Amino acid sequence: MEFGIFTVGDLTPDPTGRKSQTERERLQSIRKYALKAEEVGLDVFAQGEHHNPPFVVSSPTTNLAWIAAKTERIKLTTSTTLITTNDPVLIAEDFAMLQHVSDGRVDLMMGRGNTGPVYPWFGKDIRQGIPLAIENYHLLRKIWREEVVDWEGQFRTPLHGFTLAPRPLDDTAPFVWHGSIRSPEIAEQAAFYGDGFFHNNIFWNIEHTAQMVKLYRERYEMYGHGAKENAIVGLGGQAFMAETERQAKDFFRPYFDNAPVYGHGPSMEDFTKMTPLTVGTPEQVIERYLGMADQVGDYQRQLFLLDHAGLPEEVVLEQIEILGKEVVPVLRREFEARRPAGVRSNAPSHEELAALPADADYRQVISSPVARAAQAEEAATKAESK
Amino acid sequence: MSLKVAVVTAGLSQPSSTRILADLLADAVTAQVSARGESVQIEVIELRDLAQDLATTMVTGGLPTPKVAAAREILATADGLVAVTPVFTASYSGLFKMFFDILDPDTLRNVPTIVAATAGTPRHSLVLEHALRPLFAYLHALTVPTGVFAATDDFGDGAEGSGLAGRVRQAASELTQQMMQAGNAVAGFVQSDADLTRRVSGNSLGSTPDFASLLKGHTGTL
Repeated sequence: MEFGIFTVGDLTPDPTGRKSQTERERLQSIRKYALKAEEVGLDVFAQGEHHNPPFVVSSPTTNLAWIAAKTERIKLTTSTTLITTNDPVLIAEDFAMLQHVSDGRVDLMMGRGNTGPVYPWFGKDIRQGIPLAIENYHLLRKIWREEVVDWEGQFRTPLHGFTLAPRPLDDTAPFVWHGSIRSPEIAEQAAFYGDGFFHNNIFWNIEHTAQMVKLYRERYEMYGHGAKENAIVGLGGQAFMAETERQAKDFFRPYFDNAPVYGHGPSMEDFTKMTPLTVGTPEQVIERYLGMADQVGDYQRQLFLLDHAGLPEEVVLEQIEILGKEVVPVLRREFEARRPAGVRSNAPSHEELAALPADADYRQVISSPVARAAQAEEAATKAESK
Repeated sequence: MSLKVAVVTAGLSQPSSTRILADLLADAVTAQVSARGESVQIEVIELRDLAQDLATTMVTGGLPTPKVAAAREILATADGLVAVTPVFTASYSGLFKMFFDILDPDTLRNVPTIVAATAGTPRHSLVLEHALRPLFAYLHALTVPTGVFAATDDFGDGAEGSGLAGRVRQAASELTQQMMQAGNAVAGFVQSDADLTRRVSGNSLGSTPDFASLLKGHTGTL
């Protein structure tokens, strides 16, 4: 199983009166967190993408490439890559490059983005969010998998005779997760292609998360990618840890109460009941997150948001250390112990995918054998009726 | 048939005239349904008890607390609705509005509804027509023609008192008639389009179109 941290790249003022970070300092911190994550044995570092204040994470692959150069083992991914407002050609290029630069230590997570004004800045309409996500991702698959692309769609100017250069590393597209909180269409999309499904449940209740994952698993199996227990699921989460529950709550409360995403709403006690946020001891975090598999089945990736709420750099670094040294080893062991034989531990690595034969499902744009068969049948019926 | 009627009251005081009016309406509906030989279960939702949960749901981008989820379920499965609000600032109260704001817009489709309100004086009695009916029109609820407005005086003796009782009875009769008519069309004679009257609590995922239809037109071969 893969464990890691993700950053949303927010520039949040410190609510306790300490001097707040500048954009430069925040970006320096994020790079430090990525290196720290590898140092303490975490498997994944994920970075968000935003195009407006108070965030500092536009141009994600620039930052991820720096991290790739300075690390050796950790996998780099996104939380998320905007599949709606970015040009799919650009995404294809940026991530093929990142594959080469990182020797394949990359996958990515598709998201639609929930900031309304960003859409018109990139010439798009938020009301078309789902159709955009569907068309753009289908084109992205074509660009990564077909050597010469001819394409005409609704949301972008046509491509004729387009070849991606450089090709993806080992001619193998990076593995893709689809992130969704509320839209079942995205769970359906992930299931259709046999891609991973990542539910960022940090602001939502586990009952809803469980419903979305269930839908994804059932459709994954329906589309012929394998048993639903063997679908590829990831979850988000957040935590703040200290030696005692009291210490954790006392320290984190002023941050929680004043952070833009948490504050001036439900109390920390209520919020920690309703969402995965756990403020307490490492043992409490372990227990809480072990329970997630009871709700969503055995899953493959768990990411934690630790640099939230304007916490100072040295505090976040300590949180990453606790996560890597005290929490993850136990989670890793316990999750593997409960995992039945035949249920995969991880999402496929680059090496695993690169070794697939040329006619493997993964290498087809339409990876679902069920969908391909349906298409063939439809084409045959059309030909007959002529 | 056993009917279920949800009664939503935004009354704040203990005791509350809004709740009293809600109870009068509930009792009248029970009497009307029983008179027609059926049974009815009344489910009262006191918004005062939900106030903090509603605020939580509002500021967390829609995260339903268990109490909010339960209330949504009650409304999504009710055969009829009685909605009562005190008049604040010449309209329904903010608490009343907050409750209907967190409902899935398809929760009350075609649901027979009595709109009712209370106030100190009759000055704002048109709140039923200007505020409540338009709100329920947006939700596609079926508001019955008689709304019930009760000023403090209406709870007393005399012409006003019997006037209120008459209006309560009238509204209850209309609600009952609508509830008992619903879904009575003989199959085969009347086409029922399930989609038109589909009601959703918002607590579970809706049906998702299969990907082939989502992908249609987006495969890049225009």
